[in-house]
Amino acid sequence: MAIIELTDVHKTFMKAREAVEVLMGIDLGVDEGDFVALMGPSGSGKTTLLNIIGGLDGATAGKVVVADRNLDELSNRDLARWRAATIGFVFQFYNLLPVLNAQRNVELPLLLTKLSGKQRRRNAQTALSVVGLDDRAGHKPGELSGGQQQRVAIARAIVADPPILVCDEPTGDLDRENAEAILDLLQILNRDHGKTVIMVTHDPKAADHAKRVLHLDKGKLVREMAA
Amino acid sequence: MSNFRLVWANLHRHPIRTYLTLLSVLVAFLLFGLLRTLAIWFAAGPAEGASADRLVVTGKYAIIDLLPISQRNAMLTVDGVEAVTHSTWFGGNYQDPSNFFAKFPVEPRAFFDMYPESVIDPVELDAFEQTRTGAVASADLMQRFGWQIGDKIPIEADIWPMRDGNRNWVFDLVGSYTSDVGSQGSTLLFHYDFFDEARGYAPGTIGWWTVRIADADRAPEVGNAIDALFENSQNPTKTGTEDEFGRAFAAQIGDIGLMATGILSAVFFTVLLLTGNTMAQALRERIPELAVLKTLGFGNNRVAWYVLGESVLMCTLGGLLGIGLAALLAPVANSFAQQFAPGAFGMSLPVAAAGVGVAALLGVVVGAVPAWSARRLTIADALRRR
Repeated sequence: MAIIELTDVHKTFMKAREAVEVLMGIDLGVDEGDFVALMGPSGSGKTTLLNIIGGLDGATAGKVVVADRNLDELSNRDLARWRAATIGFVFQFYNLLPVLNAQRNVELPLLLTKLSGKQRRRNAQTALSVVGLDDRAGHKPGELSGGQQQRVAIARAIVADPPILVCDEPTGDLDRENAEAILDLLQILNRDHGKTVIMVTHDPKAADHAKRVLHLDKGKLVREMAA
Repeated sequence: MSNFRLVWANLHRHPIRTYLTLLSVLVAFLLFGLLRTLAIWFAAGPAEGASADRLVVTGKYAIIDLLPISQRNAMLTVDGVEAVTHSTWFGGNYQDPSNFFAKFPVEPRAFFDMYPESVIDPVELDAFEQTRTGAVASADLMQRFGWQIGDKIPIEADIWPMRDGNRNWVFDLVGSYTSDVGSQGSTLLFHYDFFDEARGYAPGTIGWWTVRIADADRAPEVGNAIDALFENSQNPTKTGTEDEFGRAFAAQIGDIGLMATGILSAVFFTVLLLTGNTMAQALRERIPELAVLKTLGFGNNRVAWYVLGESVLMCTLGGLLGIGLAALLAPVANSFAQQFAPGAFGMSLPVAAAGVGVAALLGVVVGAVPAWSARRLTIADALRRR
């Protein structure tokens, strides 16, 4: 059953009064529990496609249905609520808040829920233990290595238990060893916890961890390979 | 982790910058606390210790104009006048100009009859009356300088040199008095007769009259009658209540309310620019982080509230600390001003509440534009700025 369904999606940006079409008629279906890697050269539209799937940006034309919701029909407020409940984001540069320790960074998305403070702390601890960092809960991002920061970011992405993880170059800023650890973690979340994972990557070794690999070039899906 | 904790943590992103901004707000509200209470004191309410049955008669055109002592007999003829005495501002310094306290040549017995709230031992009052170079000091002065009865108190004159040009007056301390009225503390009183005989100029003059009347309700009528007596003389007078005199005396240094408003306006304008710049800078640095919050599902309004909350929290905290410090410093400020504006710096609840309210409003004004910018931030654009 498709949890992500894109039909004839177009995206056009205005640059210096000139329309630049970044996505040109994308059709894509991703089943629940799938692990999809999006590859392609710089400027091919990978991150734009990811942003549209994650509800961070809107399509210029076409239909985007994710987790049974047509994103075009949602207001800004509803879209924010939908993101909080449905999507976990993992960025290349972790994007943790430097003033908060790991525990509080992970707790952030739970501020949007009705959970009590105690329950929020407990859930954050659980998420940190899933990524193997429960002993670093009190450390601020600046006191953690890149790999550890990315694991905290993954804990933050899964703490509200969203069905979909959207990862933009999650290993792009890491050495091979740490990158492997992160990819293994994503694989575990996909395999053992049933998360649907969409990952943008330049790295073929990273893509090897996915079940499907899609290639994007000049705004079009040009090739699909089963991993 | 709570919403407050998130706002609080963001305030500590650059601790030095935050504390310096907080300090500037604190200083602004310290000034607000002190100057507002002073301006309010001048604008309303009777002065501490002002008596309703005492009038003060000064020169019509300036409070510093000297009046002839011959006016006393005429004043005593006015219906409703019970007693008359006088005082004169002496000025002068004891050892060092920083040792400020008031010094008045007075008529010893008439003075203490006029001001029953100032209490002196009868034996010491007799000694004061009988010793031409005698002086009595308020109890707080005795304690402040460790004076003992029998001490000689040298005062270097600035307004009143002696007849031979000597500026060093020496008084024999023959007693002390107590008073529960702040305006009558920190004062040295000495014999008018000695002063009048020894001073270098303007003999037979006094600074102002104090008149006790039989019926406080007739104060305006009696005051008008006194002024009518001297209207066509060389020394026309202006009679008012003791309270009015106290405020007029203090107002010689200028329009306190206007000065306070001017200073506060300049200070708040500067703080507005400073804090506004700090908040704008803080916003620019955190655009990607605000975008991350939105990515996680925080709505536009919620993110805007966080930014506004930081500004309001910082300004309110600075305001609270400034007002609190002003309340702590009020007794110190009062000790300097008790002669002319007794109790003027007493922090009141309305002033404190107004201060905190203005601080919160300052936070809203300063944070409004950054909050609006944060609200309008689009996620995809903001993330690209990292």
